[in-house]
Parts: sequence; structure tokens; C-alpha cells
Amino acid sequence: MTRRRSLLLAGAGLVLLRPSWGTPESLRAAIDAFAGGQAVRTGRVTLAIDTLVENGNTVPVSVSVQSPMTPADHVQRIALFTPQNPLPEVAVFHLSPANGRAQVSTRMRLATTQPVIALAVMNDGSVWRHSVDVVVTLAACLEGG
Amino acid sequence: MARALIRTPALARPGEIVEIRVLLQHPMETGFRPGVDGQVLPRDIVTRMEVHFEGERVFAADLFPAVAANPYIAFPMRVTVAGNLVVSFQGDNGFVHRETAAIRLA
Repeated sequence: MTRRRSLLLAGAGLVLLRPSWGTPESLRAAIDAFAGGQAVRTGRVTLAIDTLVENGNTVPVSVSVQSPMTPADHVQRIALFTPQNPLPEVAVFHLSPANGRAQVSTRMRLATTQPVIALAVMNDGSVWRHSVDVVVTLAACLEGG
Repeated sequence: MARALIRTPALARPGEIVEIRVLLQHPMETGFRPGVDGQVLPRDIVTRMEVHFEGERVFAADLFPAVAANPYIAFPMRVTVAGNLVVSFQGDNGFVHRETAAIRLA
């Protein structure tokens, strides 16, 4: 075996030994469960979050969706997901026409630099998304301290 | 014990969409973080928030460990009548909390 190949294999081994949390599979499963198997389309959702975050322990985030919020056409649920936090889910918000406007704000944790994904499910079942890549300089604490 | 703040406009015009802001005092311990002794601190989070206005559910949220400590959640609501807003929380270790705020019409 050449030296180059053994290095390559060692690298692959490192990738496989990463902790099992925050895998793309768990993110996909969480999104599928939220979307109810519907195709996820880009648009209608606007995720407002700083692209450069100093403190991952409390990151202000706001999601708004283009919707008249009438009984015939409204947003039912808005959710936030991350691929590399220990769990893919961040929060699920349940809305109704009583809200008048489709918008929610909260503060979240970010374990590392990663995209943040916002999804919205309409009352007709369609699912829309917007994601923003966020750079985190101080991660939310996973280690002691 | 827990404390929750609900911020609403003092007066709302009928039909106006107002923003309701809720802030709850809670550590939201993730269950992924070791303490000073190296042992992982057990999870202690708020899992659910529900908002009722005059008996009707107007908003709810399912929260996961990635919500920051002292959860802050803001949402809009269309006000047509005066009434009481009831915000209730449920969480790990039997945590329950309830806070009310009155909404008056201008």
C-alpha cells in the first residue's frame, strides 16, 4: 500500500469516528417528520439571523413567512433546524389565522459554524424553506465550564 | 421559582396586530453539557409553551435544548376584543408555570 493511500484511509477513518450526533441523516429525518413527506421548496420564508455570531449561547433569530394568514390560506407551523447541533430540532411554532401575520422570534444556541434552516408548513400542506450560513466565533458550551 | 414576563402593548386598537413578547426565567440545561465534576448535567428544559386568548389557542411552541437559556419568544396576534392572555409552560421534572396578561382596547 502506498503511503498516500494509507494517509487517505486514515483520513476516512477520522471522518467515520466523528460523534454520531448532528449527522445529515438525523437532520433529514427531522425535516421529513416535520414536512410530512411533502417536497420542500425554496421561497416564501425569510430567516433573519446574523451571519457572523460572536456568542453561540444566545443567537437572536426571527422567521417571517409571506402569507395573508386568513382561514383559507395561512401558515400552520414554523420550525428551525441545524445540521450540527447535538439535536437537529431547535423549535417548532404553531400558528393560526388569529396571529394575523406569520412571524416568530426567539433566541437559539449554535454549537458551531453551520447553516440554520427555517421551514414553514402551510395549511394546504406545502412546505417552504430558507437557510442561512452562520459563522460562530464562540460556540454554545458543550464542553465543561 | 420561575418567573415569566409578558410584554403586550398597553392599549390595542380593534383589529390591530400586536406583538406579544414572552420571556421565561429558566436554565434550559441541554443535557449535553458536563458539569464541574465531569458528569453530564441532566437535561432540564421547557418543552412546551401554549398561549390562549379568551379560551382560544392562538399560539404554541415546542422547544428543544437548542433554545437559549431564559427562553424568549415573540409572536404577533390580531386583537379584536379585550381579554386575558394566558401563557402556560411545561417542562422536564414536572415544570409547569402559568402567567396572564390583560389586553385592553384603546
